[in-house]
Amino acid sequence: MTAQRLLAPLILEGVSLALGRLRLIADFRLAVPPGEVVTVMGPSGSGKSSLLAFVAGALPAAFTAGGRVVVGSRDVTAEPPEVRRFGLLFQDPLLFPHLSVAGNLAFGVPSAVRGEERRRRVEAALAEADLAGYGPRDPATLSGGQQARVALMRTLLAEPRALLLDEPFAKLDAELKDRIRAFVFDHAKARGLPVLLVTHDPADAEAAGGPVIRLRNGS
Amino acid sequence: MRPTGVLRLAPALTVAVFLGPVAAGMLGTLLPAFGYFPALGGAAFSLEPWRMLLADPAMPAALRLTAGTGLAATLISLGLSVAVFAWWHSHPRFGALQRLLSPFLAVPHAAVALGLAFLIAPSGWVLRLLSPWATGLARPPDLPLAPDPYGIALVAGLVMKELPFLLLMTLAALPQTRPAETLAVARSLGYAPAIAWLKAVLPRVYPQIRLPVYAVLAYSLSTVDMALVLAPTTPPPLAVLVLRWFSDPDLALRFQAAAGAALQTGLVAAAIAGWRLAEMAVALAAAAWTTGGRRGSGGSGIRFSIGAAAGTLIAAAAAGIVGMLLWSVARVWRWPDALPSRWTWDGWTAGFGEVALPFGNALTLGAASGLGALALALACLENEDRTGRRPGGGVLWLLYVPLLVPQIGFLFGVQVLLVATALDGSWLAVAWSHLLFVLPYVFLALADPFRAADPRFALVSRCLGAGPDATFWRVKLPMLGRAAAIALAIGFAVSVAQYLPTVFAGAGRVPTLTTEAVALAAGANRRVVGVHVVLQTALPLLAFAAAAAPFPRRRREGRS
Repeated sequence: MTAQRLLAPLILEGVSLALGRLRLIADFRLAVPPGEVVTVMGPSGSGKSSLLAFVAGALPAAFTAGGRVVVGSRDVTAEPPEVRRFGLLFQDPLLFPHLSVAGNLAFGVPSAVRGEERRRRVEAALAEADLAGYGPRDPATLSGGQQARVALMRTLLAEPRALLLDEPFAKLDAELKDRIRAFVFDHAKARGLPVLLVTHDPADAEAAGGPVIRLRNGS
Repeated sequence: MRPTGVLRLAPALTVAVFLGPVAAGMLGTLLPAFGYFPALGGAAFSLEPWRMLLADPAMPAALRLTAGTGLAATLISLGLSVAVFAWWHSHPRFGALQRLLSPFLAVPHAAVALGLAFLIAPSGWVLRLLSPWATGLARPPDLPLAPDPYGIALVAGLVMKELPFLLLMTLAALPQTRPAETLAVARSLGYAPAIAWLKAVLPRVYPQIRLPVYAVLAYSLSTVDMALVLAPTTPPPLAVLVLRWFSDPDLALRFQAAAGAALQTGLVAAAIAGWRLAEMAVALAAAAWTTGGRRGSGGSGIRFSIGAAAGTLIAAAAAGIVGMLLWSVARVWRWPDALPSRWTWDGWTAGFGEVALPFGNALTLGAASGLGALALALACLENEDRTGRRPGGGVLWLLYVPLLVPQIGFLFGVQVLLVATALDGSWLAVAWSHLLFVLPYVFLALADPFRAADPRFALVSRCLGAGPDATFWRVKLPMLGRAAAIALAIGFAVSVAQYLPTVFAGAGRVPTLTTEAVALAAGANRRVVGVHVVLQTALPLLAFAAAAAPFPRRRREGRS
């Protein structure tokens, strides 16, 4: 794969979040260097998922937010998600059920990439996920681990500037969890992507190996 | 995430297409009702139309018939529907009810009415099967059976159509009230299943089906197509009487007709208000009963009677359609033979020329109004999603307006509007008039699945670089494919069944299967009626079958 390496840090400046009159996060600052994983931990209701939604540009209208999201020197706070290009992974793989495995991967490939090259990238991604030949399959027929790998490859094919992970390993069983964690972190490091991980599982933070920030309720 | 220009207009456009005509039509009916209709020389307001209306000798009996049949049909439909749930919900195969009943929703009212008329008429199937061995009759008796003077056949026809509707509406509303837990608690306290359902589940389900019940009440009080087939004619129910005056060559009767149409609207409004008051009274009376501690027991006799009554009504609806299918291929069917003695395809081959135009109209009108409604509903829901603003409960009432206001109460005004714009009698005008009644059903069918869709799929798509429009077309719509197909089929079925809008907006120049079938009902050629009824039933059923058919799948290795 020939993903562009932008090698720019993801920076959050003075981010605050509130749901109605309930303040979730105030003056939150963070810099995620390229190739590093920063983990944000906190109990449910602490606003960590909302923080990720804000960074992705998809905060529900019920929330009010302040602060800036910056990649390198570019302020993307006003940009819609499709312009920001932050890869987002949830605990469910969320493969589109109406598309085949290859169709899901091709969905990620930028539209400027046409024809043979497009097909080649999908094939390469399948091989990288150890799923060569699985292209025509219905994603529902894949195992949980296979689906998680396809979800990551789909995200990487879109050439993201950063990865946002929302408890992505929470639903995997213990043994699979280690393998998928390594798969995700290795690929992110290899591409030099800044990774923001939100979790309540200390083992995730440990495996990530980077700095850990703890949110408290209403911090 | 701002919606783009056109999409932002979707709710306004929908209301304009949809409620504007209803309001304008009601005004266009009210003005002549008070004497103002310059085109016919009514230049000043007066109460003369009302005086003429109230002085009409047919009025007292017509009003009694209307109120009697409408209230009886609604009470029986609701009572039987509630009873079926109370006494049969614990049956292990109760869940199959949905699949059994869904086809009945697709069958047009007029087809049910014509089928029933064939069953219970003096020359109908029931007397054929009983004669001569049980009745001793050698020829069809000279009895007023369908229609009968009391409107019993009309009530039966209405219940046959509305009972499945209310059963399905209740079935759809039930999960929100989590009946399983409630019933388990009530049963563990010693309540018999039926009493447990009536005391613990019904009070929470009823508010969910209130609007459908009002729609049934409004329809039963103002039906025209079923009444034309099943109701007595001297006098007919008010809505039919008003239609007769509207179509009278004596244009002076238009004023009286408009007043009658306004009275019909007032009658339905009063009935709904009265029903609401009765609901409160029943709730008050039931409060003491609910907490009185009577737990009930046994009741297998009641249980059987309820099942038999509901089963008979639904089976009769199906039998009537089958009977019409037989008529469509009968060459000789002597009385009291149970089946035709000689068969022919003439009705379908030689007779097809007669049915081709109404068939084509029904098909294209259904497709156009269904697709139009689907597009409007999708645009409104997508706009709601992008703005993050969910309309309040008031909007649901707005959607129900065309289902609660009697059609005869505003279609004359709509026709006046169409004449003024030189659109009357055109295919387009009929398609648009169908849209008014198709849109609520399509929207209601689509809203829940659309709102229940996991928003993370759309978010993932956006993060992968697809804009809001691409996300709609490439992710949301394909994932909603089945729900959209079913909503479209519902819209199509609603359009095929429309009678009065077709008559008014089409000015008699755009015949459909439904208008033709009703017009032919009085005639003697049952073979032709049979062909119309069969096509009229088959079209919506085929649409549902297509919507429910499995989509072409990809390879599903590792899964059956």
